[in-house]
Amino acid sequence: MNTVIFRTLAPFLTALMLLFSVFVLLRGHNEPGGGFIGGLIAASALAIYGIARGIRPVREALWFHPMTIAAFGLLLACIAGLVSMLAAVPFMTGLWIYPSLFGVEVPLSTVMLFDFGVYLVVVGAVTSIALALEREDI
Amino acid sequence: MAAPAASAIDLSRALVLAPPPVADWLVILPVAWCLLSGAVLLMLRKDVRLQPPLAIAALSVLLLLDALLLWRVVEGGPVTMVMGRWLPPFGIAFTVDLAGALFALFSAIVALAGGLYAAESIDASGRRYGFYPFLLLLMAGVSGAFLTGDIFNLYVWFEVLLISSFGLLVLGSEPKQIDGAIKYAFLNLVATTLFLIAVGYLYGLFGTLNMADIAVKAAERRPGLPLMTLAVLFVLAFGMKAAAFPVNFWLPASYHTPRIVVSALFAGLLTKVGIYALIRVMVMLFPVEGDALSFLIAVAAAATMIFGALGAIGQSDTRRLLGYLVISGIGVMLAGVAVGGPGGIGGALFYALHSMVVMTALYMATGIAGRLCGVFDLNRAGGLYGRAAFFSALSLVLFLSVSGMPPFSGFWPKVMVAKAAIDIGAWWLAATVLATGFLTMIAVGRVWALAYWRPEKTASEPAPRASAMLSLSALVALTVAIGLYPDPLLQQIQAAASLLAEPSAYVNSVFPQGAR
Amino acid sequence: MEVPFALLIGIFFAAAVYLMLSKFLVRILLGVAILGNAVNLLLFTTGRIVREVPPIIPAGADHQVAVTANPLPQALILTAIVISFSFFAFLLVLSYRAFQDLGTDNANEMRVAEPATDPAPPTGY
Repeated sequence: MNTVIFRTLAPFLTALMLLFSVFVLLRGHNEPGGGFIGGLIAASALAIYGIARGIRPVREALWFHPMTIAAFGLLLACIAGLVSMLAAVPFMTGLWIYPSLFGVEVPLSTVMLFDFGVYLVVVGAVTSIALALEREDI
Repeated sequence: MAAPAASAIDLSRALVLAPPPVADWLVILPVAWCLLSGAVLLMLRKDVRLQPPLAIAALSVLLLLDALLLWRVVEGGPVTMVMGRWLPPFGIAFTVDLAGALFALFSAIVALAGGLYAAESIDASGRRYGFYPFLLLLMAGVSGAFLTGDIFNLYVWFEVLLISSFGLLVLGSEPKQIDGAIKYAFLNLVATTLFLIAVGYLYGLFGTLNMADIAVKAAERRPGLPLMTLAVLFVLAFGMKAAAFPVNFWLPASYHTPRIVVSALFAGLLTKVGIYALIRVMVMLFPVEGDALSFLIAVAAAATMIFGALGAIGQSDTRRLLGYLVISGIGVMLAGVAVGGPGGIGGALFYALHSMVVMTALYMATGIAGRLCGVFDLNRAGGLYGRAAFFSALSLVLFLSVSGMPPFSGFWPKVMVAKAAIDIGAWWLAATVLATGFLTMIAVGRVWALAYWRPEKTASEPAPRASAMLSLSALVALTVAIGLYPDPLLQQIQAAASLLAEPSAYVNSVFPQGAR
Repeated sequence: MEVPFALLIGIFFAAAVYLMLSKFLVRILLGVAILGNAVNLLLFTTGRIVREVPPIIPAGADHQVAVTANPLPQALILTAIVISFSFFAFLLVLSYRAFQDLGTDNANEMRVAEPATDPAPPTGY
């Protein structure tokens, strides 16, 4: 498993998969995709990096502990629901704003914030499980 | 893109268009608050000194929210809030009636006491591992299970509390804990899977998952539907969660293995969620099937009571003894459910609330006793009364309360259940309730005689910790207060029981103006 | 179409129960995985099986114009899959830890928490 080819290719593969995971996450609102599947793709990217280089480089690359990332995701998802309190609509109602960025209208919503939270929860939780399993093998 | 189109479509048939009253937010806030503060604490995991004060503050806020919610429900009847504006039965509804609000309040009391107890007894490594975040996520699951009005959502909260309880159970990672966790995890997973199967069939039969909707449709369409199969599945699933005989073996295998405060929280919270769900489903959704199954439940209840009490007598480790006492208490609640009627259901609800407080306090007392003696083994413990008289007095109150002696909180629900059983002619069930009280008395009386009264045998340890004594005293004060002055609580419990049996107020809260 | 699915679900449940009756953790774990899939299939079937038309309201209409697939069981299954996946991951780690710490994957030999030779409580002082 731990060949030179794999070790050389793994960082590129990981970078590509992470990029793809964000694409899947953002695509998810109206088309197949979303936070959960995007998070799984990102977590498997990190797992590949872990298999190739060991778990210490993964932890260093992540900067934050995986569980902290998951907790931040949970926080975001919760806030996404509670924002509707300020708008006087029931919990978890989708709210939209359309700011204009460089002349392009960018639709942003609490739904997207929630999905982003799910993404982080999945990345954090699955990565911490994967790292825990990989640690035993090495 | 997907902006809500401002077109001529009449949205009022699908969406709640009026802004919800601010007080209705109390329905969702306990759960949201637990998730929010749990997430923040999880992010601050490394800051071990900040964890206890923050967690205790968060749990105090939770207690306040649940108290306000109970006040709101007592004043104005059941409250509903739907997620994302979608009208039920399509949107997920959180609906709270009196029973749910009472359970939520008592669970918050138990959690706050546990958080306080843990402030000194969970060390830095336990905090870094995430004791407090797991506790708050557990409370999110427990509150969600008590407050939700959607049966699939109930399943989700069951899983949330289950997965956080796994985290708490293996805190410390001793071989004993791994062993207990294996049995706990596999058997509880089977129980929730059974629950999910039942939910699947329920959806197949009614095409809805909203509990108010199911209650109405089950009453309308009962003939010809295989509701009995469904009811048996629910009884089995919730009986397993509640540790009813003969599907209770995960409890004595695991409850004595974790940190004592974790056992205390589990004893106060987890099995009671199972009982609550059983009452909710069997009394509110399927009353006819519940009546038909009452003999089966009664036999299981009697067996659970006797099994628990005899198991308690046979133990030399005080923590394992308490695990069996939890089971025997579940038997009394099941007996109340089996008897039915306002007395039986009220007794079951009352006993569950009493048991939440007293079992938690008993585990805490055992933790303090174990710290003072250095052992949990009855063969070697001794001399507690000579060393800590006030603590011994508190323990004695708990021992009397758990065996159902007046004037403590265990007395009234047992009277209610026994009287309701005699009223319907099930004298044998009433006799079992009383015999269980007697056997429990023997079990705890022996703990008292050996660990407290027996002259000193073991080396002396430091004095009990202040935070542990504080939370123990608070819970003991609560059981004494309920025992001496049960009227306010009793009134609410009787109202809750009649609301469960006749859920029109619950249904009206979900479907206002009768539109379905 | 429901009948073959019902039979398939029955086979899944039978396999799951058979595996879970084993005393070895790995087989129980496989049984749990199959059980989760059996339940998901059950949820899917209870939502009635129709032709694969996505449940999307066409532009310009304000309700469905054709018979579409029921989206609710799919949402339920997605939730159940996520939950059973996380449980499976947890149980896998737990079983592995049990094998390392207790030296066995035989549930009958796991007697650390409940030793067979527990002393009886004293009958006197």
